[in-house]
Amino acid sequence: MAEDFLLVILTLDATIRVSVPLILAALAGLVVERSGIIDIGLEGKMLAAAFAAGTVAYLSGSAWLGLGAGIVISVLLALLHGFACITHRGNQIVSGVAINILASGLTVLLGISWFSLGGLTPPLTGSARFMSLTWPGAEVLAGTPILGQLYAELLSGHNILVYLAFLCVPAVWWLLYRTRFGLRLRATGENPAAVDTAGISVIRMRYLALIICGILCGIAGSYLSTGHGAGFVREMTAGKGFIALAAMIFGKWRPVPVLFACLLFGFLDAIAIRLQGVEVPLIGEMPVQFIQALPYILTVVLLAGFIGRAIAPKASGIPYVKEH
Amino acid sequence: MTTAGAPAIAPAITLRGINKHFGPVHANRDVSLSVPAGSIHGIVGENGAGKSTLMSILYGFYQADSGAIEVGGKPCSMHGPEDALAAGIGMVHQHFMLVDVFTVLENILLGAEGGPLLAGGMAAARAEVARLEAEYGLQIDPDAVVGELAVGLRQRVELLKALYRGANILILDEPTGVLTPQEADRLFEILRAMRDRGVTVILISHKLQEIMAITDNVSVMRAGEMVAHRRTAETTRAELAELMVGRQVLLRLDKTAAQPGAVALRADDVSLSDDAGIRRLDGISFDLRAGEIVGIAGVSGNGQSELLEVLAGIRPPSRGRLAVHGRIIDREHPADAGELRRLGLAHVPEDRQRMGMIPAFAAWETAILGYHHDPAYTGPLLLKGADIVADTAGKMARFDVRPADPYLASDSFSGGNQQKLVLAREIERRPDILLVGQPTRGVDIGAIEFIHQQIMQMRDRGCAVLLVSVELDEILSLSDRILVMFEGRIVGEVDGDKADARTIGLMMANAMDTQAAHG
Repeated sequence: MAEDFLLVILTLDATIRVSVPLILAALAGLVVERSGIIDIGLEGKMLAAAFAAGTVAYLSGSAWLGLGAGIVISVLLALLHGFACITHRGNQIVSGVAINILASGLTVLLGISWFSLGGLTPPLTGSARFMSLTWPGAEVLAGTPILGQLYAELLSGHNILVYLAFLCVPAVWWLLYRTRFGLRLRATGENPAAVDTAGISVIRMRYLALIICGILCGIAGSYLSTGHGAGFVREMTAGKGFIALAAMIFGKWRPVPVLFACLLFGFLDAIAIRLQGVEVPLIGEMPVQFIQALPYILTVVLLAGFIGRAIAPKASGIPYVKEH
Repeated sequence: MTTAGAPAIAPAITLRGINKHFGPVHANRDVSLSVPAGSIHGIVGENGAGKSTLMSILYGFYQADSGAIEVGGKPCSMHGPEDALAAGIGMVHQHFMLVDVFTVLENILLGAEGGPLLAGGMAAARAEVARLEAEYGLQIDPDAVVGELAVGLRQRVELLKALYRGANILILDEPTGVLTPQEADRLFEILRAMRDRGVTVILISHKLQEIMAITDNVSVMRAGEMVAHRRTAETTRAELAELMVGRQVLLRLDKTAAQPGAVALRADDVSLSDDAGIRRLDGISFDLRAGEIVGIAGVSGNGQSELLEVLAGIRPPSRGRLAVHGRIIDREHPADAGELRRLGLAHVPEDRQRMGMIPAFAAWETAILGYHHDPAYTGPLLLKGADIVADTAGKMARFDVRPADPYLASDSFSGGNQQKLVLAREIERRPDILLVGQPTRGVDIGAIEFIHQQIMQMRDRGCAVLLVSVELDEILSLSDRILVMFEGRIVGEVDGDKADARTIGLMMANAMDTQAAHG
């Protein structure tokens, strides 16, 4: 019984760890789409940030400097997106796809030419990684059933970025619904002409949203290479940016539902790892490929079933042009 | 009513020599205007006369090419709406500038939040809105979601928005266009209450009875110019109508008497309501006979466009029925544009750029649009490219389309040549019924004459022609019979040879009864 409970806790623990980049990226997408910009390039920004963080953390030996580099690269890519689709009113999908391709190609190219490790960055050790924080008393309580285990295994023992990601959910909620910035942001995504006639710059609002998006994607990417993993691996985002977009739509562009959508996708990922090689009654051993495909199958099923009721910000994807 | 105007104090607004171009269009031409403080000032003119452009310049939404703006006697440069708002100018746009998913309070707060956090501003706004509600009779639930409110209430939100920001000069752009008559009356009460509390109101409208009912002074715009200023008490609807429409040299055609034949198209009590439930056409009945031209006159926006759309099969009528060569068309038995074309009805749409052609298509593609299934143009799989191009070249020669290049993109032609191409396409099908909307809008003088001749020839060949135009001269010179539309109804019918601009102009403003009573 205690064994089983521990197994559940460990699965949930894994859920939390794999959900972190999804949560950060989905919030990034949420903020930017609330301003009326579609960002397909979450994936590319995360990947570029993961590479930058892995590289700088290795060279400097500091995970924090790595994080800073990840954020800077990600924000620059976000601004590039803004330059293309706000300033020049380009197609937002094309610009986002271009950023994904750019990040995918550049990280491998630079990785091979700098480190000659086939696209990996050298493994990170010590302070070059964000290490797990053990909460006070966790080791003592670990022996106590249920509550002690919950505390020691589930709450304690994550790195700082995990806690940061979860704090971002109420923070984004507060920003959206309790501040002047949030009111203007939401209005910009719904009716930019109303914002313009109220004397507020639509362009400025959209750039600010993109900068926030860049910061959140930068943290997500840095987490992958310096927190969750120990170094950059080529294509290490593996579609997380797109899953995050799915979670954002599934959560209807609202921070708290988006959090639960991300946790659901993370949970499926964690189960997939657990179920490998496990005998399931009636079916037998689950094929690994099927289990790994599970989150994506669920994405399709959920979105097919629920997207009809998800209403995007009205001005999403439309460049703002004054009419006459 | 209080006395109009206040000559002793500085005008609330002074505009001097405002000019504005949009590409080749000279939207405002040396416009000057002075609005006394604490008055209601009307600006009238037909659609496209430049009223909205002028107000958008005053509100800082556009920048004038040249000219000066003074607010309360002080020079102001408007670089954006924020400057206008700071100068105490508020605007209620024709298309509301509201966020549908926000509550009334959130909409009012947008742009005037009173600090980085919403909580404080929200409480202050709630109190202020309650006060404004009481003062001006603007009852509204501040927590209602705007998208769920009726149109009249949404307009109240716009008024509250402006008042909340401390506007003492309020611009309203065609405020009654979307309102029911009761809502409009309510709005006017509110506007009078504002005027009595010292707010200056500028009202843009093309509805003359509104202008006469509520304004103290009125300015008339025509074709981008300010043509007259009047005290409302000293003018009449008839005078304003004449000033709005203007008198231009008539292009008289050599016209023989019509030989009307059998009824080709009959409209019987046709009505149309739009998605918002507003009635755009109201009980339209008329016959269109072979061999006659019936002109539909009216100030634009009085249902002419909707009438054309219903007749052409683009929208089914909500009530009543049409008969085209015996085919009965009503709500239950609609006919689409394709079927009507097969019945021998051709349509030259009002907006040729949007409905008459596809701008990026080559001329030969535009020249067969809608008839591309004709065996002359298409084989079992592919279009007959060479045949179509030869056919188009023939049309271009007969209709004098320049340059006569079938491969040129449709939007590379001038307006007149585009129109000749569309006319060629429709006329050369030899239709029995021809609907023509604004045939010479944006067309140069030379082409106008040619187009008019083509329409006359169609009539003389026995085609039934329905002509919709906002150019009164065009209606007068072509039509055998003239129907006048006003607010979705036909308010008058005049024989073509007995019509004159003044009578029609009065009918267009629906001022006949008043005139008769006075006269």
